[in-house]
Amino acid sequence: MPVWLNNLLLLAGCGVLVALVRGFLFTERSHRALNRLRRDRVGLLCAAMVVLFLLAGLADCVLVNPRQSVLDYAFRNVPREEGYSAPLARTTYSERGAKPLRGWHLMGTDLLGKDVLLQTLKGCRTALIIGGLTSAIYLPLGTLLGILGGYFRGWVDDAVQYLFSTMASIPGILLLVAVMMTLGKGLDRMAIALSLTAWIGLCRLVRGETFRQAAKPYVDAARALGQSQSKIILRHILPNVMHLVIINAILGFSGLVLTETILSYLGVGAPVGTASWGTMIDTARMELSREPAVWWPLASASITLFMLVLSLNLLGDSLRRAFDPKAA
Amino acid sequence: MLNYFIRRLLYMVPILLGVMFITFALFNIFATPHEMALQNLGPKASQQAVDNWLHNRGYVDEQGRPYPLFINLEKDKAWYDSLFMRSMKRFATFDLGTSFATGEPVAQMIKRGAIPSLCITFPAFVVGLFMAIGASLLLVFVKDSPLDRWGTVLCVAGMSIPITVYVIFGQWITANVFNYFPAFGFNLEGFSTLRFIALPVTIMILSGLGGDVRMYRAIFLEEVRSDYIRTAQAKGASHARVLLVHMFKNGAIAVITLVVAALPFLIMGTLVVESFFGIPGLGNLMTTAIAQKDFGVIQADVWLGSLLYLFGLLLTDLCYAAADPRIRLQ
Repeated sequence: MPVWLNNLLLLAGCGVLVALVRGFLFTERSHRALNRLRRDRVGLLCAAMVVLFLLAGLADCVLVNPRQSVLDYAFRNVPREEGYSAPLARTTYSERGAKPLRGWHLMGTDLLGKDVLLQTLKGCRTALIIGGLTSAIYLPLGTLLGILGGYFRGWVDDAVQYLFSTMASIPGILLLVAVMMTLGKGLDRMAIALSLTAWIGLCRLVRGETFRQAAKPYVDAARALGQSQSKIILRHILPNVMHLVIINAILGFSGLVLTETILSYLGVGAPVGTASWGTMIDTARMELSREPAVWWPLASASITLFMLVLSLNLLGDSLRRAFDPKAA
Repeated sequence: MLNYFIRRLLYMVPILLGVMFITFALFNIFATPHEMALQNLGPKASQQAVDNWLHNRGYVDEQGRPYPLFINLEKDKAWYDSLFMRSMKRFATFDLGTSFATGEPVAQMIKRGAIPSLCITFPAFVVGLFMAIGASLLLVFVKDSPLDRWGTVLCVAGMSIPITVYVIFGQWITANVFNYFPAFGFNLEGFSTLRFIALPVTIMILSGLGGDVRMYRAIFLEEVRSDYIRTAQAKGASHARVLLVHMFKNGAIAVITLVVAALPFLIMGTLVVESFFGIPGLGNLMTTAIAQKDFGVIQADVWLGSLLYLFGLLLTDLCYAAADPRIRLQ
């Protein structure tokens, strides 16, 4: 794919996403919630953190030339070393025959002499791809099925309920592993596998909320005015359950990042050669048992992952509180 | 009550059928028997070896023709002589099949792994439960204070650390800082077992605590908002009495249902912790199966996990019905 097309597609994707979120947040309720969120300092801080991570991930997606992303370009002056080197060290990390380093590495270098900070930042892209692809599959699926079940009831609801209770009966991690093993490695396959388990919770939530919304007078009013079913769902029900979807997407993202580490540990995670936090943490098992221990790749990956997941979780909680002040 | 029980049991039949179908589809359609044979025997396996493999596992008949997936349309064969019907029969008779890697019956492997798994999961579950309930009651007791707010943030922080980091860090600290060994292995000889399970159990409790505390706190907070709490307070019951007697009794129903639903799962062990600490439980069995691409074990594990889930669901329903007579009338 040429550079300009890649960047254009990315730009278009971001534009569509922003438009979707803004378009669905036009209800009065979400205005009030956003006003409440504005006073929530922890929530805002977390939102800023999440945006930073998104920017780091995007920086590795936007290309400056066919072989380098913006992130690579920013790190172009950081040379590759010959092996491990500790953070801020001047020589490589070995007892005998330590060689002077060519450059300066804030978080040290790994086995192959790659800069750990760069690898960690590249992990943002992997997390973003996994989270983004999975969300792109499971959010529409879960929302659609949930709304259909909650709105039409009867046999439609029975079918939706049957579908999610059956899927929920298979323990999530086992289903994930089984699907990953049958489909094979790869970020796209991982997204499919993760979506299969992720949509269940969302579908349940949306279905319950749709039940509640469909019983409200405004839906009766819309029907009395002669609006079509699809219009009622799209214009009235969907905006009123959208906050659940957004909160679920944020909390779900953090869950996906955590699950990726387990999958990587089990050996069915990101393919070889992809910089992911899960694989970095998995490699750290061996590195810590070296003498002296190599701790910085583990520290770098897990602290970054922790910051992202914590921010996502706290932001999700803040949003939930903002939308539903009584419940939280 | 019996009536209700039978109704719940019948309700599970279609779900079981659905699970059977999904498991079958995963290991017969998404991954074809031929692919599984190649993964098992290596990509350079001879045609003869693959044919033998397929024949031994009942994927092809004597003439080497593959069995049909769902319905057998051949004249002299019964219509139900197909892969799906056969796997249904195996599932329904609790025949878990054999390991693709070693040929050992999976049921035997599971029987062997259940006790070590329970040695880890059961203590971790019980101790973790009490700790989580205690901590969440404390948070509810000091509701809306800085302690509550920061306690909740701490819980979220605990939830935000991946289990692998907990294990790697825990193992490293105990081995290098406290000089505590063994950090790996297992036996079943009275007190020496304790030395092996202490660390994994501690790590499991710590890693699960944040999420549990937060969940129980939400359950109890839901109760605190009910009318009967206000009534009790209005009648002059002390803050502690309202929480520990009035609220806890009602909140406990929700907690018990969660506990009952989780109990059957304890036997499945834990994937990451067991393999890290070399505990020969079911989690380890699964991890090894993944590494060896042993689809036989994975298939059996998925089926067993689903059965345990549904069993837990049934138990929950029964407990609920026993505690609350209104449920049975619905």
